[in-house]
Amino acid sequence: MQLSLRGREVLWASIFLAIPLAFFLYFRILPAFQALYLSLYDWHVDPSQRRFVGLEHYERLWEDPLMRRALSNTLLYSLLGVPLQIALGLVLALLLQRVPVARDFFRAVYFAPYVTPVVAVAWVWSWMLSPHFGLVNELLVFLGIPPQPFLQSPSQALPTVTWVVVWQNLGFQVVLFLAGLQSIPRQYYEAARIDGAEGWRLFRHITWPLLNPVLVFSVVIGTIGYLQLFTQVVNLNFTDQGGPLNSTLTLALYIYQTAFLRFDLGYAAAITVVLFVLILAITLFQLKFLTRRIEV
Amino acid sequence: MRWRQRLGDLLTLFLLALGGVVMVLPFLWMVLTSLKPFPEIFELHFLPREPTLENYEEILFRTGFLRWFVNSLLVAAITTLSVLFFDSLAGYTLARLRFPGRNLVFILILSTLMVPTEMLVIPWYVMSAERGWINTYWGLLFPGLITAFGVFLMRQFFQTLPQDLFDAGRIDGLSEFGIFWRIGLPLVRPALAALGIFTFLGNWNAFLWPLIVVQTPEMRTLPVGIALFSGEAGTAWHLIMAASSLAVLPVLLVFIFFQRQIIEGVVLTGLKG
Repeated sequence: MQLSLRGREVLWASIFLAIPLAFFLYFRILPAFQALYLSLYDWHVDPSQRRFVGLEHYERLWEDPLMRRALSNTLLYSLLGVPLQIALGLVLALLLQRVPVARDFFRAVYFAPYVTPVVAVAWVWSWMLSPHFGLVNELLVFLGIPPQPFLQSPSQALPTVTWVVVWQNLGFQVVLFLAGLQSIPRQYYEAARIDGAEGWRLFRHITWPLLNPVLVFSVVIGTIGYLQLFTQVVNLNFTDQGGPLNSTLTLALYIYQTAFLRFDLGYAAAITVVLFVLILAITLFQLKFLTRRIEV
Repeated sequence: MRWRQRLGDLLTLFLLALGGVVMVLPFLWMVLTSLKPFPEIFELHFLPREPTLENYEEILFRTGFLRWFVNSLLVAAITTLSVLFFDSLAGYTLARLRFPGRNLVFILILSTLMVPTEMLVIPWYVMSAERGWINTYWGLLFPGLITAFGVFLMRQFFQTLPQDLFDAGRIDGLSEFGIFWRIGLPLVRPALAALGIFTFLGNWNAFLWPLIVVQTPEMRTLPVGIALFSGEAGTAWHLIMAASSLAVLPVLLVFIFFQRQIIEGVVLTGLKG
């Protein structure tokens, strides 16, 4: 059989794509719809025993105080963490850009935590922050500041967890911003200097607008990460996950507990649908309102 | 003017060094604690008075640590190889071959990026329970074998290559797979390296799905093993820190050797993706 050149290309394309396409359909797209489907049923191991409940789980979510707490905590994590890691990352990148020596050394130091295992790092911080023998409190006492309860306190636990996440993500931010800064052509600054612009005005009118693509990327990726926060929350307070008094509970942790500790899989599936919609809505909103077209 | 410049440089250096201490201190404290015998960890000494390797001995030989390490290595390595092969093959096909429905396939794959893992783990669990995948290596592996992000990234890179190269391959009589394997792949090596690093780290760190699918101690991956061991160890911080050190130090070592490639890889994927 003689195939045309065009026909051969189509044949090869279908061979090359067969496995990846089957994978995405079977392990990504089908399960996403299954989650939607499961959220309409009361879970039972035997499929014939699953009872259709319609939107009952979604109504229950509305009244569930733990769900409200998890949702507001999750939003609070993103509102605290994203601006903090972006601000610190930008300041450090600007410092790195102007440091005369050891730039690569510092860049590596700041980046190192990003590659280390999250679980191990969370336990290290949990030891450092322990109220009685933790290094952080020893340092505070040394500086004349009273020791703090940190992860044991319902009001301090959430910001403390956020800090640990920021500490680990910071290097990623720094490296991205540094690359962004280095891609801005020097001539722009020189031209602006000739026009008499200095310091803050250079930053405001050249650096900031030209960093927009990196900034939008950082905000979107950062927010998605915080909305899915799980590993740090579990490991920083392992004996009281999500505590104290649910003050660190996130949507992801609530999903895990509902599905795999209480085996209420249908209700947990409904929470995952809410999380999906939340991430989608926030991402689209950010892309629409943060992206600036740059005219040069 | 010159002394102002100098002062600025010094201040910059000072601030960076201060931040650097905050970055390094946890690792330092982790290692120092891991070298102390139990009673010493509650004293105020910074350096161990009687340094000991006993904590490491305990972790290495009296817990499942080595097994967890090997499990993680196995899962991360297989996943990474599979991702590198299939993601680049799919990315290549979507970028360079013409066939009906190409855009539809691309959008279908891209749309899966929108779905958070949390939404998939419940159906994955149900699926695994029905098919006997719970507590198996296949169960640990299957969710990560191909990634939409990688397909997207590789497609972007293959699109930037000039068509002449591929036409030359056809004239030389290479098969379509030969063109992909011998002409396409070598040209996107930096992207492959970056994707490989990202995939390996992501799987080495994975916690949520392994925690769900693993049921016996010997199937645990390193993150799950460390979390559950530490949870049981309570206040035995000398042991928890020894376990953490054993998980952190190899990664740090690899990072120090390959820092340039790793950081450039992050920039490459971050800015292209």
